[in-house]
Amino acid sequence: MSERQIQLEVLRYNPETDSEPRFQTYSVPCLNEWVVLDALNYVKENLDTTVSYRWSCHMAVCGSCGMMINGEPKLACKAFIHEYGDQIRVEPMAHFPVERDLVTVVDDFIAKFASIKPYLIPKEEKPVSAGEYKQTPAELLKFKQYTLCINCMLCYAACPQYGLVPQFLGPAAISMAHRYNQDSRDGGRDQRQEVVATNEGVWECSFVGACSEVCPKHVDPAGALQQVKVASTIDWYKEHLMPWVKK
Amino acid sequence: MGEEMSSKPYVREIPKTTWFLRQARYKRYMAREVTCIFIFAYTFLLICGLGALASGPEAFSGFVESLRSPLGVLFNLAVLIMTAYHSVSWFVVTPQAMPIQRGEEFVPGNIIVNAHYGAWAVVSLIILIWGM
Repeated sequence: MSERQIQLEVLRYNPETDSEPRFQTYSVPCLNEWVVLDALNYVKENLDTTVSYRWSCHMAVCGSCGMMINGEPKLACKAFIHEYGDQIRVEPMAHFPVERDLVTVVDDFIAKFASIKPYLIPKEEKPVSAGEYKQTPAELLKFKQYTLCINCMLCYAACPQYGLVPQFLGPAAISMAHRYNQDSRDGGRDQRQEVVATNEGVWECSFVGACSEVCPKHVDPAGALQQVKVASTIDWYKEHLMPWVKK
Repeated sequence: MGEEMSSKPYVREIPKTTWFLRQARYKRYMAREVTCIFIFAYTFLLICGLGALASGPEAFSGFVESLRSPLGVLFNLAVLIMTAYHSVSWFVVTPQAMPIQRGEEFVPGNIIVNAHYGAWAVVSLIILIWGM
């Protein structure tokens, strides 16, 4: 197992003592098969116990360890050391306030995510005795890709629009709205559209496409948002040109 | 959720005018957006042509003459290149915006992109034949 000495530059910010963040460099002996999260854990265990960061599963499922690695939004557990040079810079996710070191304040995302009603709203209530809601494989495929989202928020860290206009509902929330709207068992689209089809909803998106490029689960949020735009435009034309047609 | 963890989270400001210089993908996005200005400029030129046509044969022949000038040719060439870039940059993202599901499978993205190139070629050909 080959070992390499890496200079790990970590953004540090202590709200109790610092007026602004600064970088601190740690020299870390890294094994070639390590990921950046391993290097951070090495720092925490051996060099500096005060470094703060979020992580849990170490297998790109929990979505906790999102951070900027050499300026790119990445999961630290999926960023292999062998893909980088001898100097690696880690910063908290862009576009989010910094709580402490690599930990960000994500309340804004959580509130936005909840606002799109990310759950099935059946078209009509059905008693349990009526049986299950059936779905064909083709109907499942329509939205399956969007169910893979792990809420890691890397898409928000990549989206310049969210950085410039923090009111923007953002890629993951709108993709999740699209996921439920596309579900044949769901009837809640009208309720979600009140939040999604607004200026600060999907129309704030200018299709930079960065969200899809950084998504570790290949959800393609940018694609979802454009599809939401197309559907919302059709709604508008139906409403204004053909008011007699029911949606 | 909702409970404040610290009283002093640090907000890192985004440079309002130079933000797109931070990443190559932002620059590519800006290139796609900025090239639309050339389409606007060409549309303006067409309106000027219509104006000249309405003013009479002399004005129109003057307009046509100006198109043949080196500056006119250079402008047309620049518009052609920029419009082609703009169109191609949109064509490559069409499969994301309009996926087509046939039965259980989605139509491969390259078929959707190539259909756009095909339509572009057909329309261009019709205009070329019509203009000859």
